[in-house]
Amino acid sequence: MYNEMSDLSVRVAKTDISSDAAEKLQYKIIVEQLDFFYGDIQALFDISMNIEQNRVTALIGPSGCGKSTFIRTLNRMNETIPGTRMEGKVLLDGCDIYQDFDDPSQIRTRVGMVFQKSNPFPKSVFENVAYGLRVNGIKDRNLIAEVVEESLKRAALWDEVKDKLDNSAFTFSGGQQQRLCIARALAIRPEVILMDEPASALDPISTAKIEDLIGELRQHYTIVIVTHNMQQAARVSDHTAFFYEGKLIEDGPTKEIFTRPKKKKTEDYITGRFG
Amino acid sequence: MKILQPTLPVGPVRVIDSLDFKPKSTGMIPRGLTLAAVLIILAMLAIIMGNIFIGGVGTISWEFLTHPPEQGMKAGGIFPAIFGTVALVILMVIAVIPVGVFTAIYLHEYTNPKSRVTRLIRVAINNLAGVPSIVFGLFGLGFFIGFVGGGLDAVFFPDDGPVWGQPAIIWAALTLALLTLPVVIVSTEEALRTIPTELKEASYALGGTKLQTIWRIIIPQGLPGILTGSILAISRGAGEVAPIMFTGAAYYLPYLPAKLNDQFMELGYHIYVMATQSPDVEATKPILYGTVLVLLALTFALNSVAILIRSRVRKKRANV
Repeated sequence: MYNEMSDLSVRVAKTDISSDAAEKLQYKIIVEQLDFFYGDIQALFDISMNIEQNRVTALIGPSGCGKSTFIRTLNRMNETIPGTRMEGKVLLDGCDIYQDFDDPSQIRTRVGMVFQKSNPFPKSVFENVAYGLRVNGIKDRNLIAEVVEESLKRAALWDEVKDKLDNSAFTFSGGQQQRLCIARALAIRPEVILMDEPASALDPISTAKIEDLIGELRQHYTIVIVTHNMQQAARVSDHTAFFYEGKLIEDGPTKEIFTRPKKKKTEDYITGRFG
Repeated sequence: MKILQPTLPVGPVRVIDSLDFKPKSTGMIPRGLTLAAVLIILAMLAIIMGNIFIGGVGTISWEFLTHPPEQGMKAGGIFPAIFGTVALVILMVIAVIPVGVFTAIYLHEYTNPKSRVTRLIRVAINNLAGVPSIVFGLFGLGFFIGFVGGGLDAVFFPDDGPVWGQPAIIWAALTLALLTLPVVIVSTEEALRTIPTELKEASYALGGTKLQTIWRIIIPQGLPGILTGSILAISRGAGEVAPIMFTGAAYYLPYLPAKLNDQFMELGYHIYVMATQSPDVEATKPILYGTVLVLLALTFALNSVAILIRSRVRKKRANV
């Protein structure tokens, strides 16, 4: 019967308000008319985009196109840079993350982040993963130990570090450090994980491990990943957005973006004519 | 085979067989000049140190280090001055480190470094570093003793004589803290600048608030720099006489300072007193030498303790 109900494009066309709200719930994050400025320089122009729940959304585009700036607006990380300004809305489950939360730290426990350069704290493996729990007021030692183990297992790192939990994080390889950063992000049980080029500094084997991990995590988390590597975007993502010069040129299912892009710019970038 | 030559537009003016380079200087003159400067410095240092050591080493004895002065400073020891100096420096460090570190954290973490206010604060700190120490002494007398101490007395002890409104070790320590504040701020800021942004972002990204990030990441990471600041503050503060002569140092005291509002004897001031106000300069000379030697050794020892703590912290940080 109403087979077309499952077809997104049909529902988007509906004007009925209640079904509009229901349709919005499908999306974990909704970005509306976002502009972003570094001082007087505008970095993002009028971005509107929906990010689906429990899917991997890849952001692609040439260097300096604003994809990293964009991903950092989703957990208010840009606020740590002085002299920046933002206009527009970012809704997480319908709540405006810039208006409905007193402190940005509240939003960041729900929207975790993994950075381009692995950045473990100069602490032990255990303390790295426990950090997020401690700053969020969890003191129960047994609980912390359990969550640390679980997080390291989810990040596929447990077997490699289980006998070395007290060793400094710096004694591990770059790939292991990055998975440690992922484990650390998972420990606070976020709903969304932002990954800003998580594998760009890693060798192919470590990269493959990270990609496998993303494949595992997508069942439980909404993932947004910035990547320079188009094969990577094609491999790991369900949805792809192409940014160029601070504008969102096109976004859609990854398959369509890579096989039948609607815009000429997208096609040129994907086929390697520039970028 | 003929090699193609680029043709000059005007043709060759003359044929250059060889270039006549000026002979190179052997570099002996700059080397000699710089070496001479180094030797002068070393000689000065050696003369000063040697003179003090030779003149003072004979005076140093267990009794000299553990007894108060006697017979108008012509005999006896300098224990009260050693005790006073150590107490003064410890109080100064306790006062200057929190204020200096918090100022640096405010400047580096809470303000936009390019803003006018921040630059103004920085200029003010640099100017504070340039104020002569005697001015700090007069300021301490007027502000700490007259205003703060006098105010405390007027409110809490209106019927007694001066309790806080008089020269005391706490006012001298605070005056010295003011003098050494710029070095603590500057070295702490230097340390904060070396903390990678990525570490702070990692803390924020895990839901850490600004305060938690400062407390758990920034201060531990900046600790070696903060300790460097305290080392510099000790070096600067321990030998200063001008700021304390109006604010708490005493000519001679039969007792040790036990309360914050007691006066105290101090090595630097003791040296000044013996050198300028002794009734018999010749008789006090060996004691004067000994006191200078003790002051140098004490400053060196206080510095060493701080350096030792810093290297411990560094090692611990490297091993975690």
